[in-house]
Amino acid sequence: MLKRTPLFDTHIASGARTVDFGGWDMPVNYGSQIEEHHAVRRVAGMFDVSHMRVVDIDGAGSRDFLRHLLANDVAKLVPGKALYSCMLNAQGGVIDDLIVYWIEGDAYRMVVNAGTAEKDIAWMGLVAQKFAVTLTPRPELAMIAVQGPQARAILAQVLPAQAALIAGLKIFSGAFAEVEGAEWFIARTGYTGEDGCEIVLPGAAAAGFWARLKAAGVAEAGLGARDTLRLEAGMNLYGQDMDETVGPLESGLAWTVDLKDGARRFIGRDALEALQSRGQLRQLVGLKLLDKGVLRAHQKVVCAQGEGETTSGTYSPTLAASIALARVPAGVAVGDTVQVDLRGKLVNALVVKIPFARNGQALV
Amino acid sequence: MSIPADLKYTESHEWLRQEADGSITVGITTFAQDALGDLVFVELPEAGRKVAQGEACAVVESVKAASDVYAPIDGEIVAANSAVVDAPESINADAFSAWLFRIRPSNAGQLAGLLDAAAYEANVAK
Repeated sequence: MLKRTPLFDTHIASGARTVDFGGWDMPVNYGSQIEEHHAVRRVAGMFDVSHMRVVDIDGAGSRDFLRHLLANDVAKLVPGKALYSCMLNAQGGVIDDLIVYWIEGDAYRMVVNAGTAEKDIAWMGLVAQKFAVTLTPRPELAMIAVQGPQARAILAQVLPAQAALIAGLKIFSGAFAEVEGAEWFIARTGYTGEDGCEIVLPGAAAAGFWARLKAAGVAEAGLGARDTLRLEAGMNLYGQDMDETVGPLESGLAWTVDLKDGARRFIGRDALEALQSRGQLRQLVGLKLLDKGVLRAHQKVVCAQGEGETTSGTYSPTLAASIALARVPAGVAVGDTVQVDLRGKLVNALVVKIPFARNGQALV
Repeated sequence: MSIPADLKYTESHEWLRQEADGSITVGITTFAQDALGDLVFVELPEAGRKVAQGEACAVVESVKAASDVYAPIDGEIVAANSAVVDAPESINADAFSAWLFRIRPSNAGQLAGLLDAAAYEANVAK
């Protein structure tokens, strides 16, 4: 049987169509996914992301552990700040992408993807053996993402005692708050390209909080809208845009790899540096379809420099056109026209800068 | 979900309406548009094209997936509804109004072999 979050009954009562997502029975859409997408870009929408996994990290060796485990460097954080990073294997392939917050002192909070949570926790447990660190997965916690230009204002209405905290939260930062006598965690992060927060709360509080957000005008939004929003925002999806067979440098994630401290030999660093010196790396680029139709994953891309493949594709409601991410040879440049094999027919696509849209506006 | 009694149906979720002039209007059912989700593109056959029963002759594409639409009977395409090409979402709004194409049948006997509303409903309930 598929796993269910504490909000499953709520989704069904709202008429959601559900799907198996990494072993979880999750809502894809409640009605029109395009309307859910527009609601997030224009007002506010919310996503049940309780299937993702919080892992709390503590102990005197926690910082050293994370600096060894992750390709990005937690040493540059200030308390409260979040870091987006890949976790690599020894070959430089991506085990998962994740966010880690430095809480204070030795305490960190990490959030990993749902489909990879078990794999990640097992891997981290192995690596942790050499460090004075404790790892505490928190499966009893729920998580709701509230995203859109009105998201934070509505959140402050629904949680008036936390209004000052919410207003003062800097981008890509998180803080604990006591709500209804329990510990919640509110972070100004998201997967949509809009402003907003992701709220971690006890599972038992999730349904009541969701209902209050809905009554305050936040639209329920499912995985369908989540995918069109994140792709418009140029954000990678683990398992599609990258996996264990490919590294961050060929996945548009070089910016998340911190090589500044030469003494920090994080797992996968040697392989990354060897790849860098070899050169001729493939690259992840954005494509906008110039003809009718919808780009999808695993479609062949024909470039002057050779062949590539789309990794993600969809219809973009904000652009009213199809967009994709594609892994293509070195040398392909923004402004080039390439051909994509769309169900047996070659169609023209333009290589464009990522992101495709942000803060409600089309950029390409 | 509504299944109008005055239409005929196929197992592949097309509906058919017999017109006064003998032509057959074809669309996809409410069940089909609900399964597909938000429609964003429609490709229709050109007037004059001859089609065989079961031949893929149109495409409806949603955010989720592209799906072929099949000619329910042998015949010749006599019209295509350009309005749905400009507004694919009208199929989601009212699938039984948003027709796709019209066929002049070449084998009137085929109509009897199609599903009536009750048979289609039973089919969908499976």
